Amino acid sequence: MAVLRLRFTKTKRDKLAQVLWILNWISVVTGVILFSLGLFLKVEINKRGELMAERDIQYVPNMLIAVGIIACAINFLGGKICYDCVDTTKFLRWKLIMLPYIICTFFFTFCVLVGALMCYSMHGELEESLNLGLAEAIRFYKDTDTPGRCFLKRTVDMLHIEFQCCGNNGYKDWFQIQWISNRYLDMSKKEVADRLRSNVEGKYLIDGVPFSCCNINSPRPCIQQQITNNSAHFNYEHQTEELNLWMKGCRQALLEYYTHIMQSIGLTVLITWLFELSVLTGVRYLQTSLENVLRQGDLDSESDGWLLENSFMETARTNLNIIKSLGKSNQIDTANNGDPNINVPSTSKAHYGPDNVPPNEIPEAS
Amino acid sequence: MVVMKMKFPFQKRVKLAQGLWLLSWCAAISGAITFSLGCILKTELRRRAEVMDNSDIHVVPNTLMIVGLASLGINYFASKICQDALDAGRFPRWKNMLKPYFAVSCFFTVLMLLAVIMSFAMKGSLESSLKVGLRNGIRFYKDTDTPGRCFQKQNIDRLQMDFHCCGNNDFRDWFEVQWISNRYLDFSSKEVKDRIKSNVDGRYLLDGVPFSCCNPSSPRPCIQFQLTNNSAHYNYDYQTEELNIYLRGCREALVHYYMGLMNAIGAGVLSVFLLQASVLVSLRFLQTSMEAVAGNENTEIETEGYLLEKPLKETIMEYIEPVMKFFLLTNQVEEGTPGAPAST
Repeated sequence: MAVLRLRFTKTKRDKLAQVLWILNWISVVTGVILFSLGLFLKVEINKRGELMAERDIQYVPNMLIAVGIIACAINFLGGKICYDCVDTTKFLRWKLIMLPYIICTFFFTFCVLVGALMCYSMHGELEESLNLGLAEAIRFYKDTDTPGRCFLKRTVDMLHIEFQCCGNNGYKDWFQIQWISNRYLDMSKKEVADRLRSNVEGKYLIDGVPFSCCNINSPRPCIQQQITNNSAHFNYEHQTEELNLWMKGCRQALLEYYTHIMQSIGLTVLITWLFELSVLTGVRYLQTSLENVLRQGDLDSESDGWLLENSFMETARTNLNIIKSLGKSNQIDTANNGDPNINVPSTSKAHYGPDNVPPNEIPEAS
Repeated sequence: MVVMKMKFPFQKRVKLAQGLWLLSWCAAISGAITFSLGCILKTELRRRAEVMDNSDIHVVPNTLMIVGLASLGINYFASKICQDALDAGRFPRWKNMLKPYFAVSCFFTVLMLLAVIMSFAMKGSLESSLKVGLRNGIRFYKDTDTPGRCFQKQNIDRLQMDFHCCGNNDFRDWFEVQWISNRYLDFSSKEVKDRIKSNVDGRYLLDGVPFSCCNPSSPRPCIQFQLTNNSAHYNYDYQTEELNIYLRGCREALVHYYMGLMNAIGAGVLSVFLLQASVLVSLRFLQTSMEAVAGNENTEIETEGYLLEKPLKETIMEYIEPVMKFFLLTNQVEEGTPGAPAST
């Protein structure tokens, strides 16, 4: 009882081969697209590498790149095979390779699906990585004289301006760390000395934010210092003021940005997966119908094509038996307790005549 | 006196026609590229239209777009003509069209050259337009509640951050205007009253700049206020401080950007002009050499081709005369008409 049996005339088989040839070439193009999407994601993640803590997020773009390259190779081979299938003599060249090719491609489509699902699963790891990375970056904002951290200030400022965000969760993160370096603080002043003494660690904490947190849509000039002090500024109330600074936290802004990219990529990979699966189905039908034609002998006649020869359960059972017997091919017969030296009489049924026949007399040479 | 006479044997004519067909298609693609370059330039100019006082500079991209479209048409017809040129039966039908076709093509080719020259020469016009536009932008920075000027602050802030510049000529332009609106000034405070009384117009002037002038590459947090007061900030000397705010003026930055763009486009369009001119010259040679063949039984004879039948001045007069006659002399009675109608 074959699975999804279809009848194929000669013209139908030829048309199928030609269509599959074109579809395989389109799949090569989609493979290139997958490769470039993976490359794009890798570049985007590396661009903000300074703001991300060490986490295992490189595996997603790497997987996409690998899948893209393998898709190109497999579909290129598939295109060649389908091109040759129009001519039945050339098909004989590929006859033995086709079944392993189909099995490999089937497992490969699983990899494509896994790649698509990984795009959606990266969310949690990315959030954690950004959280830690941004907290570190904000802490080292003032260290523009420390080698290795000279450009962190510039990076954080450009991040605020580009993504229209402030701080890790919000602008209040800046109140908890010292973001003005001691090099620019006049330690002889009373105000500075008071602030340093007011907390345990001796940090110069203020309720102010860097200039890059300023919102350009605000109708009034930016208020960066004494943000929580309503009386320090005319006609200002910090609880209701929304347009003065960027209200969004940078972690959320970056997460939204990357999630948007990865959702688009994930959708594209899913569509590619469906396309690959349909091409694979077509190739399977082509293979089975051509094999049946060869079995029938007449190359121009109709033949059947199917996905599986027997029902799904039987095929699974047969394959499992094959795999089991592969393991047993080298084992010795264990009938005599495993001792190969005991003579076992032959149980052959061949009869070579009675045992006591005298030999023939040799005629004398004349 | 014929201009540039050349001999054309049959094989040379055939090669000329084939080469010209290819060349005209290349020129058509170049025309499309010219059109798109014009579109790009126009888009870029419109993006910063709020800081430009007039749109005189838009004549450059407009001309490029017109010339690009015209070039597509010219080269399409050029390819059709040279396809028909070698066929003695089909060539005569183009006979009447060729004179106006060459006139129009020469006009548009010269226009292309003019566009290239303009893209280099209009720097002064652009600069004066930006000067006035930026001055107004800075003056109306505080008027975020006035309809029509609500977004001036946003535009100037974005401009300063994108182009890494501050003010019109430099950051000191901000010291001469009141950029903080009266809505946010506490008039009961002594400091505010002093400042307002200190100048004739009663404006609140300070030696500070908006936050968008701040340079993110500075190693220290941005100093925006009391810029000229060294003692107001620790370890600060405004004469030697270079990284704190952007020192370049926005006019200089914008002129530099647009001139770079227009120079690059001008260089590209110049090469398109040379290509177009060579197409027209080759077509003229092909036309004149094929006309000499007309009427002969044997189409494979050697003929002469030339650029102009008469010297350049006479040719120009020949073309302009009918145009002038049409526009200027339609209403005048012709002088010296023999047999005055008065005598009966």
